[in-house]
Amino acid sequence: MIDSIKSFMGWFFVTGDPMIYGADASIALASIGIVAVLTYFKKWKWLWEEWLTSVDHKKIGIMYIIAALLMLFRGGVDALMMRTQLTLPNMHFLDAEHYNQVFTTHGTIMIIFVAMPFIFGLMNIAVPLQIGARDVAYPFLNALSFWLFFVGAMLFNLSFVIGGSPDAGWSSYAPYAGAEMNPGVGQNYYLLGVQISGIGSLATGINFLVTILKMRAPGMTLFKMPMFTWSILITSVIVVFAFPAFTVALALMTIDRLFGAHFFTIAAGGSPMLWANLFWFWGHPEVYIVLLPVFGIFSEVIATFAHKTLFGYAVMVWSMVAISLLSFITWLHHFFTMGNTAPVNAFFSISTMLIAIPTGVKIFNWLFTLNKGRIQFTTPMLWALAFIPNFTIGGVTGVMLAMAPADYQYHNSYFLVAHFHSTLIAGTVFGIFCGLHYWWPKMFGYLLDETKGKWSFWIFMISFNICFMPMYFLGLMGMTRRMYTYPAGLGWTPINVVMTIGAFGMGAGFILMAYNIIWSAMHGKKDATGDPWNGRTLEWATASPAAEYNFARIPHVSERDPFIAAKEGRKSGNAASVQRYAPIHMPNNTGIPVIMALLMFVAGFGCVFEWYWMAIPGAIGVIACMIARSFVYNDHYYISVEEIKRTESATGRLS
Amino acid sequence: MDENQKQMSERMGAGFPWKQVIGLLLSLALTFLALWIAVGLSLPVPVTLTIIVGLAIFQAFIQLFLFMHVTEGTEPVHQLIGILFGIYVAFAIVGGTLWILAYAL
Repeated sequence: MIDSIKSFMGWFFVTGDPMIYGADASIALASIGIVAVLTYFKKWKWLWEEWLTSVDHKKIGIMYIIAALLMLFRGGVDALMMRTQLTLPNMHFLDAEHYNQVFTTHGTIMIIFVAMPFIFGLMNIAVPLQIGARDVAYPFLNALSFWLFFVGAMLFNLSFVIGGSPDAGWSSYAPYAGAEMNPGVGQNYYLLGVQISGIGSLATGINFLVTILKMRAPGMTLFKMPMFTWSILITSVIVVFAFPAFTVALALMTIDRLFGAHFFTIAAGGSPMLWANLFWFWGHPEVYIVLLPVFGIFSEVIATFAHKTLFGYAVMVWSMVAISLLSFITWLHHFFTMGNTAPVNAFFSISTMLIAIPTGVKIFNWLFTLNKGRIQFTTPMLWALAFIPNFTIGGVTGVMLAMAPADYQYHNSYFLVAHFHSTLIAGTVFGIFCGLHYWWPKMFGYLLDETKGKWSFWIFMISFNICFMPMYFLGLMGMTRRMYTYPAGLGWTPINVVMTIGAFGMGAGFILMAYNIIWSAMHGKKDATGDPWNGRTLEWATASPAAEYNFARIPHVSERDPFIAAKEGRKSGNAASVQRYAPIHMPNNTGIPVIMALLMFVAGFGCVFEWYWMAIPGAIGVIACMIARSFVYNDHYYISVEEIKRTESATGRLS
Repeated sequence: MDENQKQMSERMGAGFPWKQVIGLLLSLALTFLALWIAVGLSLPVPVTLTIIVGLAIFQAFIQLFLFMHVTEGTEPVHQLIGILFGIYVAFAIVGGTLWILAYAL
């Protein structure tokens, strides 16, 4: 009996590596600490009522960002572990198996559990405020999306200490990711964790598509929307059309692994190439899912701090529409070398180069917005300005990679790795940090410290270049991605040492930013006006943080940048200010999303270990939650006029 | 709870969702019909394919009209753009996949 328990524990928990015991200890300590603090300060009820059951888009946005920052820390530690291992030739910091797991979790976490949720968080906070809405179209679904993402991320991260991590790369190519060559639970974690959070992403796409199309303030036609809202509208369309391909691909591979089918193995007529094909049919649009929103953030920030209207509004919109169409016909450039015929490679080579045109148009629009502007170098503006040259380097090397014959040389070398980090860090990461500093006062009512913010910017941005500029040359010198060590004497060592220094510099920049967040929470400058940046769009017209109902009266809009127009005393802006307050219709909080997501976690965990006694009741619980929700009719309430007056006078906005 | 009952009775006026039930039954019937034609009968492959593609298109229309309210809404242009984009993406994934993997089939 005791022996069988022992052997189960030895297989269930990951053992044998001191770093993993360290992780076990830190997870246990952190969990005990959280429980102790919540119990000591009697905060359980507060946590449940104010946060876990909330359907308020602003709180959901904050929860997304907290979770994404934690995941960014984990993904960053993965990156530093890889860089440490590669600093010098023949290092023994990580073994091959562990290294494979680390680059797999690094990629998956950074794309699916950092970039997307961070963007979802920012859009949850900003979009309803920018369009003058009280909440998103489906507040319940919004909460469910968040909790599905959260449990998906937790399930994926659990693999580190229980059962073993996936090791087939974030793209999880068949046949290596199949059951035959990759037994154990690692790949199951990947499939289930990503699938569960993917359902949440798909629902978020639908939610924001409907919100933006249906809930804009009166007078705000599509071509009067702020550019960030436009970028989210187009991103939502891409999410809705791209994610189903991934959902299906993940489901097929799950059936392969759990039930012995052969969709992606040669046996019984399956095709491993089909996995690469389906994965990238989602994977390439995914690139634009994490890029277009930050294009929107940069458009807002550059216009605000250049104190000018955005240059070429309509062109900006149409180039995003062009990107959304082209993003669905370029996916093959991720596998030019798979052995496709020449016409296929030629077509996708050209379509990939075409997508550089609308992107280039946007770059010029930002430059022309800056031209003759009164530029104010705030922290968000620094991130936006640094984005333009750094991202352009990623774009130009992208066009180099788009040439199929040349790609045969670059493919899977560090040149490629440097390219996609140039776009994803200088684009997405700079963008989410920019948005974080820009909207922070709107989220919490105080500003992040500018001096510390600028230091963290400079340290991170310079270190980014120290890390990734030499990487292009390392790639051209022949070092390929995913090799866990290399021999001395190839001339790679100096560059690897420099890159590791850069990587730790980026870590330092991030730590300083985290310190800035904690410092500013205690000493940050209060934002009493609700408009700390002299903003142009409606989110700055309400209090910081915005009241639960966002706007006491729904604003009326008659032109672009309505808030700057109102401040400059033109006829637009809040024509409704003479109206009386009316009771406000709001959605009720509900515990069903978090319970349903936890049951989904149980079902997912059961599937990972093929414990169907656990998976089936979990899935039944999920369905029971859906049924229970469909019988809830009492899902809304009204905020009384007295309460609106009380809230408004507390922020000095009663009129 | 009382409030829930009250709200429920207010909304019961909509009546039994006949449209959705008919849609569900038709969808199930068409799915099993397609399965039976492919597995149960041994027709020539082109004939089987033609029949199940026809059934699939019919079922797509059932989805659009009985579940997805394609005829409702104040801005039909949204529906049209959505459907056109859907056709574009479907063509890209099906046509593209066949073209890309043609050498392997």
